[in-house]
Amino acid sequence: MNGMPIILWTDAMIYLLLAVVAVATLWIRKRPYLLLPWQRVMKSSVGMVSLLLLSLFVLVGLLDTVHYRAALPEKSNGQTVYSPEVLSLLDVLAKDIKSRNEKTYSAPLAAHLYAKESVEMPNGGVGRDYPRLKYGGAHLANPQQELFNDVLSRALSGAMAGVLIATLLAASWIALLYALRRLSVDRASSMSSPPVTGRQSFRALLITTVLLGMLFGMVSNLATAYHVLGTDKVGQDVLYLALKSIRTGLVIGTVTTLVMLPFALFFGIAAGYLRGWVDDVIQYIYTVLSSIPSVLLIAATVLIMQVYIEAHPEWFSTSAERADLRLLFLCLILGVTSWTGLCRLLRGETLKLRELEYIQAAQAFGVSSARILTRHIMPNVMHIVLIAMVMDFSGLVLAEAVLSYVGVGVDPTTMSFGTLINSARMEMGREPMVWWTLAAAFGFMLVLVLTANLFADAIRDAFDPRLNRT
Amino acid sequence: MIAYLIRRILYAIPILIGVNVLTFSLFFVVNTTDDMARMQLGMKRVTPEAIEKWKQQHGYDRPLLFNEHEAGLKKISDTIFFQKSIRMFMFDFGSSNDGRDIAREIQARMLPSLAIALPTFIVGLLIYITFALLMTLFRATALDVMGVSLCVLLMSVSGLFYIIGGQFVVSKLWHWVPISGYASGVDGIKFILLPVLIGVMGSVGSSSRWYRTIFLEEAGKDYVRTARAKGLSELRVLFGHVLKNAMIPILTGVVVVIPLLFMGSLLTESFFGIPGLGSYTIDAINAQDFGVVRAMVFLGSVLYIAGLVLTDISYTMVDPRVRL
Repeated sequence: MNGMPIILWTDAMIYLLLAVVAVATLWIRKRPYLLLPWQRVMKSSVGMVSLLLLSLFVLVGLLDTVHYRAALPEKSNGQTVYSPEVLSLLDVLAKDIKSRNEKTYSAPLAAHLYAKESVEMPNGGVGRDYPRLKYGGAHLANPQQELFNDVLSRALSGAMAGVLIATLLAASWIALLYALRRLSVDRASSMSSPPVTGRQSFRALLITTVLLGMLFGMVSNLATAYHVLGTDKVGQDVLYLALKSIRTGLVIGTVTTLVMLPFALFFGIAAGYLRGWVDDVIQYIYTVLSSIPSVLLIAATVLIMQVYIEAHPEWFSTSAERADLRLLFLCLILGVTSWTGLCRLLRGETLKLRELEYIQAAQAFGVSSARILTRHIMPNVMHIVLIAMVMDFSGLVLAEAVLSYVGVGVDPTTMSFGTLINSARMEMGREPMVWWTLAAAFGFMLVLVLTANLFADAIRDAFDPRLNRT
Repeated sequence: MIAYLIRRILYAIPILIGVNVLTFSLFFVVNTTDDMARMQLGMKRVTPEAIEKWKQQHGYDRPLLFNEHEAGLKKISDTIFFQKSIRMFMFDFGSSNDGRDIAREIQARMLPSLAIALPTFIVGLLIYITFALLMTLFRATALDVMGVSLCVLLMSVSGLFYIIGGQFVVSKLWHWVPISGYASGVDGIKFILLPVLIGVMGSVGSSSRWYRTIFLEEAGKDYVRTARAKGLSELRVLFGHVLKNAMIPILTGVVVVIPLLFMGSLLTESFFGIPGLGSYTIDAINAQDFGVVRAMVFLGSVLYIAGLVLTDISYTMVDPRVRL
């Protein structure tokens, strides 16, 4: 299949973020004193398990970041025409569950629709009954009796296959680590040996890998024949919607920080180090910004952006591009409102640092201000930046849902936890109630936010110098 | 003290001017008033006459900063900046899109907001501090670990979940209280119970954990060791010493939100149909009523600055070393 690769604005930001992470990893790897806190993270079971789960979310998000527009079969004047729909690698991988749309609601793992409809009876008449689903459990001849056993056997075989694959993966991973260690011992250079995770955290990682393998095997085997999390009002598979929502959550959580970081870092350090009128001006700016309640500032700005985007429809060739620009704007706005807290922290820390002896020594040697800032102050506030980044992430993911509910969040066509909850909000009042969309959205969000919180705690424990470790 | 207060209030003026200029440029410079009118009247097929009429009705037909058609002082006063932004300093917010006076609307809606926000605030504070003190008392035991894990779990749940789940279980399944609505006076209590409960639940995790950190930091200090060394019971140490000394960091985070209680909570009020300022704001956002949003932004920052002043005053009450 031919396609035209597309890089949306947020895609570019994500690639930039990846590049930053890659450079930082290379930088840290060579410096044992920077590696030390990361090794502490690796020794914590909670930290490593949450990192594993988070990286799975990130993997889904990255797959959903590689966008393209598929080429349409017919050509006009020899030129390939591309479909207006922007697809991602995730859409390709999940093509089956994406395309198998039912008519309307159906419960998880059901073979029938959720509402009664007029159907033709076997005896020729027309009666009211639950119609069969087009795809969910379509292979069953008599769902009433076979459904339970079929689900059970598929789940079991899937789980077993998953465990097997996970075990193989884990085994090859151990073998690789072992080989690497042998190699470095041979070279007798203890400095460059790969960081070894603690025994306890390693065991926890293995157990989690196997459990995850089981879960994935189960879900993917069931997903071939059923809607594992049911379908929504227009018959879309809820599992697919939830998977697509992950990227939005991750973008909000990470790109926002990426956007605000340069400002917070620059202004915070400048205010703390230069003092005087620079400090006054910067303090004035962030007092003004933080004195406006953040929800209101976000609401006002998003409303304005909405008008702005509506007034310039000619900028966007596809609706995905418009939705994406709105997502980027939301990140920018969230960045502007959350910027002040970190800036204040950095200013305070710099005020403290600049009075220390080593800075005064540098000043006495005639080192320039710019050099003192970049070589002596910046590295010593980086732990605050890192801790603030990981701590902010979960709050931002939660904020997205609230903002989308209020109507100032992402574009309604963007799939996100907020839009999912918003569209499913009234379904609790239906009789019998439709609980699966909400349950899926809240469930995915809980796992994402919980792992992010646990990881943030592990990072803080490892990096915060105020915690005394003995 | 008086001199300090006057100075603080004078400091507030440039900040409010900053907020004002910021909202002005946000609302009128990024988009022209024509765009705004077109948005209100529907995007497509709007005649220029209709736009002019809308602008005239809502007072947006003036120039932005400088009116050269007028004479004298009116050159400055007969502009959008003066009419829409400067007048907010006199708490004259103009009228909303449906023609009602925003200031009067705000006055009427403050009370319902407060009826929800104040109990939530007080009950919440009591529960969070009790919970945190208990965790501090049992620090480094299994109970403490369980408490912290519970906190992390609770703070990872979306606030929307508490509202939707609470409404479903308490109101729909158990029929204890009405799902939504509001009444003033004693009748209103049944409407208030659930929002307050959910409001408290919503931040029990993060707040308790935060207070626990404060208490633990305080409990590690030397005077606590001295207090224990002279034979005080752990409870007396906790309440008589740790709690008292932790007041400064607690007040820093708490007092500043007290004036903002007037603003109410966007989510709770819209879910429970409470006619307060929060739902007013949400309605304005959905109806794209820029006048109301602008007024709320201004009001919010005034209240925030009032909160900062109150925080400073509260320091003098709990810490005799602080003199203003």
